[in-house]
Amino acid sequence: MPRTGVFICHCGTNIAGTVDIDKTVEASRNFPGVVHADEYRYLCSEMGQDIITKAIKENDLDRVVVGTCSPRMHENTFRKAAAEAGLNPYLLEVANIREHCSWVHKDMEEATPKAIALLRAAAAKAALNEALEAPRLDVEKRALVIGGGIAGIQAALDIAEAGYEVDIVEKDPSIGGRMAQLEKTFPTLDCSACILTPKMVEAAQHPNINLLTYSEVDEVKGFVGQFDVKIRQKARYVDPVKCTGCGICWEKCPSKAPSEFEMGLSKRKSIYVPFAQAVPMVPVIDRDSCLYFRKGRCQICEKECPPQAIDYEQQDEIIERRYGAIVVATGFDQLDPTIYGEYGYGQHPDILTGLEFERIFNASGPTGGKVVKLSDGKPPKKVVFIQCIGSRDKARGMNYCSKICCMYTAKQAILLKEKVPDAKSYVFYIDVRTGGKGYEEFQRRAAEEHDVAYMRGQVGKIFPEDDHLVVRGIDSLTNRNIEIKADMVVLAAATVARGDAPELGRLVGINSDSYHFFNEAHPKLKPVETHTAGIFIAGACQAPKDIPETVSQASAAAVKAIGLLSKEKLQGEACTAEVIQSDCSGCLNCEAICPYTAITPVEIEERYKDGVLKRTVAEVNPALCQGCGSCAVTCRSGSINLKGFSNDQIMAEVDAICLQR
Amino acid sequence: MRYRYFPGCTLKGQAKSMEDTTLAAAKAMGIELEELSEWQCCGAVYPLYEDELISLLSPVRTLAAAEGEPLVSLCAACHHVLKRAQELMQRNEDARKKVTDHLEVEYAGEGRVLHFLEVLRDDLGFDKLKEMVKKPLEGKKVAAYYGCLLLRPSKVMQFDDPENPTIMEDMIRALGAEVVKSPYRTECCGAYLSVTEEGVAADTVQRILDSARRAGAEILVTACPLCRYNLENCADNEGKTPIKVYYFSEILAEAMGLPSESAQDRGTKEEVPQG
Repeated sequence: MPRTGVFICHCGTNIAGTVDIDKTVEASRNFPGVVHADEYRYLCSEMGQDIITKAIKENDLDRVVVGTCSPRMHENTFRKAAAEAGLNPYLLEVANIREHCSWVHKDMEEATPKAIALLRAAAAKAALNEALEAPRLDVEKRALVIGGGIAGIQAALDIAEAGYEVDIVEKDPSIGGRMAQLEKTFPTLDCSACILTPKMVEAAQHPNINLLTYSEVDEVKGFVGQFDVKIRQKARYVDPVKCTGCGICWEKCPSKAPSEFEMGLSKRKSIYVPFAQAVPMVPVIDRDSCLYFRKGRCQICEKECPPQAIDYEQQDEIIERRYGAIVVATGFDQLDPTIYGEYGYGQHPDILTGLEFERIFNASGPTGGKVVKLSDGKPPKKVVFIQCIGSRDKARGMNYCSKICCMYTAKQAILLKEKVPDAKSYVFYIDVRTGGKGYEEFQRRAAEEHDVAYMRGQVGKIFPEDDHLVVRGIDSLTNRNIEIKADMVVLAAATVARGDAPELGRLVGINSDSYHFFNEAHPKLKPVETHTAGIFIAGACQAPKDIPETVSQASAAAVKAIGLLSKEKLQGEACTAEVIQSDCSGCLNCEAICPYTAITPVEIEERYKDGVLKRTVAEVNPALCQGCGSCAVTCRSGSINLKGFSNDQIMAEVDAICLQR
Repeated sequence: MRYRYFPGCTLKGQAKSMEDTTLAAAKAMGIELEELSEWQCCGAVYPLYEDELISLLSPVRTLAAAEGEPLVSLCAACHHVLKRAQELMQRNEDARKKVTDHLEVEYAGEGRVLHFLEVLRDDLGFDKLKEMVKKPLEGKKVAAYYGCLLLRPSKVMQFDDPENPTIMEDMIRALGAEVVKSPYRTECCGAYLSVTEEGVAADTVQRILDSARRAGAEILVTACPLCRYNLENCADNEGKTPIKVYYFSEILAEAMGLPSESAQDRGTKEEVPQG
């Protein structure tokens, strides 16, 4: 018979307000095996933990049940207290009488018997608990950062500065990301490139940082401390060692394709660097538009290249490397507003998205920094900005707020007034949201000092007529229809997850919300962690956010990664699955269902009659297993035991609740 | 091709020419439209409140009378009400039970509810229509005017892209005329405001007509009797380039070499047998 101690927490009035603590303590004394029962106002406090530790020693307890909040909150706290008293921490069991009981009931008459039943079940399970040991795992002292935008660069720089090696994997030919496409940044109007490029160069030159541009992650296996990653370095068809970045190849190249960096507003060559400050300054050949790859002739770049760096035979290269931690910082896309037919996007060159307009301001952009209409090259005199295109739109778009649009619209309106002093801006908005240091002041400046007319309302139709765009909308404050003959329309298209985010999430093993933004482990307390240990997220791949927020999140993710890498050994999961191989039929359904690839088939030998029988059974790698239990419930012969949650233990809990009523 | 046909009251009076020309053209194309016997009003306006079931009695009775066969109408308003009533009957079991119980009908209204334009596009096909054209409307500049009833709510009507519809333009092209597009082709005509708030309707109609004029249209075609009424009666066209408004079926009949008002107006009167 075990010697079990039961400890019940009041949690102030959180539990005691709905559960009769005295009755519960009294009832607990009568559970099989219980030799001690006590209560305390805040069991998680130092005093409360002391009560447990002392009681274990004084009463020679070998099982402990705590009736408290959810084990997600304080299981570790109480396990440590038990360990303090010399008890194996896995002999302690938590009965969740707060979230599962007191918080969901109002009536003490109902809640009290339920709390007692939950405690009885926990005591019955605890009696069958076994001492478990968590495995100790090695840590590879290197981090992988996926995405080379400002989030990835910042995270990599911080990790590298702490003394660890970092690889940045960037799918584009250059690092820099979205921030490189921006003209100026709110609310201080400093030039985006001027503050970004030094960081790009620093990342490229840092001895601990290894840039893998034009590369993508193909496969992630393993677990915290030991992720085995396959990275595909796509063929550039240019030898980066020989190339000097002189630019003769892209000057001479005769074929063109729409520039991704310029949002398709202008063309780039088929051999190209995405922008003038690209890092590394090594071009790539785009096979789809290159004359040589399409038709087998041309080869001008090869002939003209002074150091003869062109190599048409180059192949994709697979790099296999082990990492201790991974930071995912893959950024965002802009919604394609063509789904909203009423705005006429794509049907007229002067109807632009916010990011496209950003390029119009830029000195190296499609208009050379002259703010002019793409239709006729004349400066726009009337520009209409429309907010929330696809954001805050339950019916046809996204429910969420894209967060950055109110501010960048104010910025663009101010920049417009500076470049075209007689231009007039109109902003159609639902609400103006300017939370952030100096943000409200900035937006007010746009409205009050830069002649920007803010109109609360929405636009119903945009169409070209004569040489202007007719914008028809409603001012919902005056309830009047508004018609503006505009020269240019800028749509604040929603910030959306990258198109390949679901695929990357699956590949890396992290989950996302219904909009494909990656999920943090806790919305407040674990904002950069994911549910997969050792994988962190930073920047707009988690949710729409601006640069300051992105950078702080990147540094936070870096700190978490550094904390992990600095450990000599990691404590693994003790509650893992084990296969009872004598019962296993080798169907391997468990292998298919395991989300952590922890189950593999092995061949075992068994004595059978006079000979030896070889057969295949499943085996669990305890280092990979996260104890989710999917295999245990899938197993048809019941031959998988999840340590700490065995079938016997679960049945004992059920019996304790059902049979004692 | 055989369809049940619901004309609706306007087509027996104000919009008689839409019915006459459609029936003649349909006959020439081998499309049989069998008029429902003892049909009643379509309901005229689809209720604004989901629980205003009394207004659904008429359209549901009509849908039931189609006995699950494809049901074709011509008037945009009739088609709108029938299509939406059918959708509600499919979606809302409670409403369906109440209405059919009240009517004491066996409801088998799950057949296709079609506008005649959809028959031309989906069942006949505009390529086929082009082959059937006897007198292509060459040189005519025709703009389509959709209004709102055929297009919206788009999820229910499933008629065409509500912002950039093409069905009427495709028909005009098949008939050999030159398509002219005006940005106001999907705007509201003012509807019943032409009775209660004349100024508002006059304003909207003026924009529609002026925009079509600017785009170079000589003819505006519509499928809605109310739109046509407003377009013809609410605007001030003094001193402006004349612009004619016809039902889509009139230019269809004209192109099929059949009598129609549009043919007469074009000065091809002598070719048209009277009657």
